[in-house]
Amino acid sequence: MSNEREVLTAPASRPVNGEADEAIQLESAPAYEVTPKTLEDPAGGQALEVAVGPHHPSTHGVFRMDVVLDGEKIVSLKPVLGYLHRNHEKIGEHTSYLGMMPYTDRLDYFCSLTNNWAYAIAVEQLTGYQVPERAEYLRVITAELTRLVNHACLVGFLMHDMGTMGTPLMYAFREREKMLDLFEELTGARMMCNYLRFGGVRTDLPEGWLDRAKAVVDHFPRFLDEMENLLTGNEIVAGRTQGVGVLSKELAINAGITGPSLRASGVNYDLRKVDRYGIYDRFSFRVPLGERGDVFDRYMMRVLEMRESLKILRQAIKDLPDGPIMDPRARQRNLLPPKGEVYGRIEAPKGELGFYLISDGSRKPYRFRIRPPSFINLTILEDMCLGQTLPDAVVILGAVDIVLGEVDR
Amino acid sequence: MMDENLRSELGKRGVITTTLQDLTSWVYNWGRRSSLWPLNFGLACCAIEMISASMARFDIARFGAEVFRPSPRQADLMIVAGTVTKKMAPLVVRLFNQMPEPKYVIAMGACAISGGPFKQGYNVLKGIDRYLPVDVHIPGCPPRPEALLHGIITLQKKIDGQKLTGPDRPRHLKEAVPGEYPVPEYGENDLNPPCNQELWGPRPVVRHPWVRKS
Amino acid sequence: MSASSQKNVAPAAKTAPPPDLETLKQRLEKAVPGIVVEIQPNPAVPEQSSLVVDPAHAVAAARYLKEAEDLRLDYCSNVTGVDWPDKLVEETVIRKQMIRGEEREVEVTVKRRRPGFLEVVYHLYSMALGLGPVVIRQRTVNRTDEAKVASLTPVYRAAEFQEREVYDLFGVEFTGHPDLRRILMWEGFADHPMRKDYVEPDDYEYEPTPHGEVLNKARRHYPVEGTE
Repeated sequence: MSNEREVLTAPASRPVNGEADEAIQLESAPAYEVTPKTLEDPAGGQALEVAVGPHHPSTHGVFRMDVVLDGEKIVSLKPVLGYLHRNHEKIGEHTSYLGMMPYTDRLDYFCSLTNNWAYAIAVEQLTGYQVPERAEYLRVITAELTRLVNHACLVGFLMHDMGTMGTPLMYAFREREKMLDLFEELTGARMMCNYLRFGGVRTDLPEGWLDRAKAVVDHFPRFLDEMENLLTGNEIVAGRTQGVGVLSKELAINAGITGPSLRASGVNYDLRKVDRYGIYDRFSFRVPLGERGDVFDRYMMRVLEMRESLKILRQAIKDLPDGPIMDPRARQRNLLPPKGEVYGRIEAPKGELGFYLISDGSRKPYRFRIRPPSFINLTILEDMCLGQTLPDAVVILGAVDIVLGEVDR
Repeated sequence: MMDENLRSELGKRGVITTTLQDLTSWVYNWGRRSSLWPLNFGLACCAIEMISASMARFDIARFGAEVFRPSPRQADLMIVAGTVTKKMAPLVVRLFNQMPEPKYVIAMGACAISGGPFKQGYNVLKGIDRYLPVDVHIPGCPPRPEALLHGIITLQKKIDGQKLTGPDRPRHLKEAVPGEYPVPEYGENDLNPPCNQELWGPRPVVRHPWVRKS
Repeated sequence: MSASSQKNVAPAAKTAPPPDLETLKQRLEKAVPGIVVEIQPNPAVPEQSSLVVDPAHAVAAARYLKEAEDLRLDYCSNVTGVDWPDKLVEETVIRKQMIRGEEREVEVTVKRRRPGFLEVVYHLYSMALGLGPVVIRQRTVNRTDEAKVASLTPVYRAAEFQEREVYDLFGVEFTGHPDLRRILMWEGFADHPMRKDYVEPDDYEYEPTPHGEVLNKARRHYPVEGTE
């Protein structure tokens, strides 16, 4: 599938800037498939329907795909979700604002600190709390460490899906253990950190933590070089990932794909540069972009983003100032935010993670909505897999990077 | 049986005595507990700690559980790691039914024991022991990999203590007890039946005098 | 504390602000004839106030917003369902009453029943121009038989799964959606769980230390012994 499609341009007769007198008509068919295909059987009753999952060694959690195969080719793929639907949103309506912070840890259970940050940003926009500088730096340091953990483990799982019997996964988990030690020392828990609060962070750094973090960050490029040596130039990886699962730019934007998959298709949209939330405008880092939008580009996005995260970490660790870690007028318990609603979003390692809160002035939110990047990135899984074989579908799913806790909430 | 005094006397002189039955059951249990093969079955966050336990730092291979089998027909230990939702529950029971005897279940994490932090959920099954017989419960959210290893050691000790004959013998040696459990179905509002009555029933809540009335 | 450590950072979200909602409303009314647009202000975060669009013209409005040259809102970020049940609203109204032979204007507190409805909220951003968010909402007529709105999937593919989720959990039917079926709950499930009047199945049979609401639920199954 070539990536050179026409971008939809506005014809000259289209009304511009509100001077329209006539109604809008759709001039030409869009250049990409907006409405998805319905389930049909073009093979005339000879198709084979395979249910891949929900218990399968290659799916990332309890996720099922109903695949219809015509010989070896996929003609239809419908994802079936909900096997981990734990109704965070309903619990959000019965729990106070602070009480929902540990639940956000369990959404994308690989990256609990970025989940906390997205929720904290939404509530801070609602209440107007200002985060002091030291807390912002701590948030950036922990978020970038989380990004390193997530991308390393993703590369490991992707390679495991391709049949490497777990070797890159073991190396990635070795690095992950070092970072989980850092998190445990700082926050008290390995995975469910529950570290951020509205208006700051919960605790300050223990003695010597910064030196240990610096040691981990200094050692990480060796691991990256080792991985790239083994994987990036590898013939099998190239053969299985290049040209597989191509996603065009227009479809990616229209389908709401965010995160490394979007940037692999060539769209320059990284919320750390667009929204510039927190203090990301103080750090110099680049946003890698892909060219073809296939699985190999998505894999390279993660590797390059890990290198950029290391840059941010070095700058943040060097510049960390002293000071308070909490807004003095911030309330955590019995927080009664003003009436209204807010949508706050950050660049989580998997995409755009947003929280939409409607507050009616009471202790509990009226509506607690999580905008999950993995769920929405699954929208075009079918489009990417059509015409490929089933092992390709497994590799494509691995590169989409889903975590079922977030997909099903 | 042998007189205990005689046995200890002989033991002091370096003579070990045992019955054929004890020896057999020791060997039999040792064989079963030293190579428990878990099923590759992770549901949610606890699954990541289970994977961590199988990685190089907290090596689960030391306990014989190195090979995680993808197929239930080849596994004998099911570690239910993570929240079991009502949508997933019939599949969990079906997988358990497909495992050959002797089989064991470890409920890892608060969610598998009783629903955990998501207990107030309309889709959350409040503990896998409503449908399956659980041997070891490991609390935690998520439990550390060392806690999982402790759970496996506890299971190993439990297997060691099992007798092969008599009324206390394990399930797979009793012909009358089936090894398969009924699979629940999706109902309109809830699973049908909501729990397996023979395995699990509501226990009366006793409030002790020293508990403050809320 | 020194002065430098007091330097607090401004809150997040420094995307380019979206155009003024009044102008957008007028542009939509010109571009899509027959449309009914209202502005719903957001007291907490005024730059995220929203436009309420009627379902009959929602698709045309979305298309306009996506294709206008200076807006190019090509990215639908979030689709949310909200349930507003029937509410008793108290209003003070000035009425004329006969008091001691004279007609006077009196303030009377009147209780009015505002009918409930379901709402679908869309957050739109522009990846091309870096604008956002523009929030549009669609409302149903009521919560029972007329819970229908237009689906924006023909315009934004990102809405496909999220609208299915709103249908599953709230019961809103999206006309024009290519594949409207349940996504998170199983196929035979009969309720819409995220509604405010949903009653959960009663499976709180065993509670080691029940109190409050959970104690009531446990009592329904068996007597709770001890000091009561």
